[in-house]
Amino acid sequence: MSVNLHTQRADPAPPPPRPGRHQSRSRRRFWSQLDLKAAPYFLISPYFLLFAIFGLFPLIFTFWVSLQDYGLAGGDASFTGLENYSKLLADSDFWNAVVNTVGIFILATVPQLVLALMLANALNKRLRGRLFFRLGVLVPLVTSVVAVAIVFTQLYGRDFGLINWLLEFVGVEQHIDWQSAKWSSWIAIATMVDWRWTGYNAIIYLAGMQTIPKDLYEAASIDGASPRRQFWQITLPMIRPTIIFTVFVSTIGGLTLFAEPVMFASNRMDGGATGQFQTIAMYIVEQAFRNFDYGYAAAAAWLLFVLILLGVGINYLFIRRIGGAK
Amino acid sequence: MTAITQAGPARRSGARSKRDPFRATPLTKVALGFTVLLSIFPIYWMVIIASRTNRDAVDVPPPLLPGGNLGENVQRVLNTEDAHFITGLVNSLIVTSTVTFSVVIISTFAGFAFARLHFRGRNLLLGSILITMMVPLQQMGIVPLYQLMVSLGWVGTLKAVILPYLLNGFGVFMMTQYTDQAVPDELVEAARVDGASTMRIWWNVILPAVRPGMAVLALQTFMLNWNEFMWPLIVLSPENPTVQVSISFLTAAHSTDYVLIFTGTALSVLPLVIVFVAFGRQIVGGLMEGAVKA
Repeated sequence: MSVNLHTQRADPAPPPPRPGRHQSRSRRRFWSQLDLKAAPYFLISPYFLLFAIFGLFPLIFTFWVSLQDYGLAGGDASFTGLENYSKLLADSDFWNAVVNTVGIFILATVPQLVLALMLANALNKRLRGRLFFRLGVLVPLVTSVVAVAIVFTQLYGRDFGLINWLLEFVGVEQHIDWQSAKWSSWIAIATMVDWRWTGYNAIIYLAGMQTIPKDLYEAASIDGASPRRQFWQITLPMIRPTIIFTVFVSTIGGLTLFAEPVMFASNRMDGGATGQFQTIAMYIVEQAFRNFDYGYAAAAAWLLFVLILLGVGINYLFIRRIGGAK
Repeated sequence: MTAITQAGPARRSGARSKRDPFRATPLTKVALGFTVLLSIFPIYWMVIIASRTNRDAVDVPPPLLPGGNLGENVQRVLNTEDAHFITGLVNSLIVTSTVTFSVVIISTFAGFAFARLHFRGRNLLLGSILITMMVPLQQMGIVPLYQLMVSLGWVGTLKAVILPYLLNGFGVFMMTQYTDQAVPDELVEAARVDGASTMRIWWNVILPAVRPGMAVLALQTFMLNWNEFMWPLIVLSPENPTVQVSISFLTAAHSTDYVLIFTGTALSVLPLVIVFVAFGRQIVGGLMEGAVKA
């Protein structure tokens, strides 16, 4: 079998003295060399092939489209340079979406990460039924974002919602129409995000906390440091890489927020009557698939990307300062 | 016996507790219990409404126990033709299983190469994956992706919601890390000396060793993909939706029929609840394993 293979691709010119063993060895060396050199590329090729088609191409093409006045699919396109961008930067609807997105992001992320830190600190204590508590705080992960939004939208209902009913007990007699105002809709959407992700972040922090050597705390206790002080002086600085990671993930997730506000607006893209909770992602979809202005939507997508880079950068500087302050 | 051994430290606990930084105070326990309650309540609320009538749903005070109408409500969801709920459920199962299986295989392939093989450009390529993980491709590329699907004639088909999700940088990164710590270099070298080809090493050495990591990646991919909403909403038609798209149409078309919506939502969550109950321990372990640590 192997000899057959060889005769097919054999070099006809010099017939080697002892065909059988010698040849099969050199041929095997050829194949194993090829294997060593090429196999790694073969193994990573599926990923990079997909990346080229569904990652790199859309990114570059988005930029190209954003420089054009691009109508319906297959329709006319004309090169307009940076006109889409200058139009966007003067578009109050776009800025409204930016303000909403950043507002909801801050309203959701700050309490979420602070609560997650406290929760992780509690989960890090000696507890009976540890697995139960860990699973308990992760339960929200099983619900889809759509499901969360549906349930919370009902809980925030004006007339029969549980939350308005509970608020009556603390003296808020007038039922709140949560969708109608900026502040109330932002709070409602932020709580949806928080409910789903606080436990997840707590578990990530917990993983970081468990790598901190226990004798650090024992030494601090002997020196008389209070638990609060230990948390600030040992726990926080030691899990800084984990905090940076969660802040990055929350920034990207928060600035691309879509499903919660869409469902809160009964599956519409406008984000309420005056766009009081329309996010940038909703704005992009509205421009592209409701108004069919592809070029404009593509420009908005690139500005969203710039905003994410800005957000990640600012957060990074901010955290570095916190952790480094001694 | 146990009573005695426990009595020892317990008696001294008054003196020790001040120094033990890992003691859980009653306040800690109450706070944790309250958090778990808050975590579970919205899901429990979903079950309450899904098993009751629309009149109960607007009752004051609100009902706090499940009722007996669940079967009837499920029937009603399945019979609501404009929601195409069963199609959505089946489609989601097809899409999510295909994506999960492929992502795990692709990631295990690439993870092996990045962690244990030597080739030119390795660090550069791995770095490029890390950087692109920061780019929100779903939102950024939405217009060209849609046009790509139009020109391929895939709009409205399941291919359009499977293929873009096979690109998963997180999976490659995770399997690279996992392979690096689960497979000793010597093991690969030994197999090499024995004359095994790279693919044979992958099959006989790598796969058995990284199976736990694959399971965790599969769980996470399944949960993430099951919940995907924005892109399917755009590229699929109402007649051939995934389950998330299906309940969003249900919500839009029957906005006052809470019971119908909640029952659909509960059904859409059910597969993930099953996964969570069956593999909860692995999910927690996997999250903590994969977390960036100090």
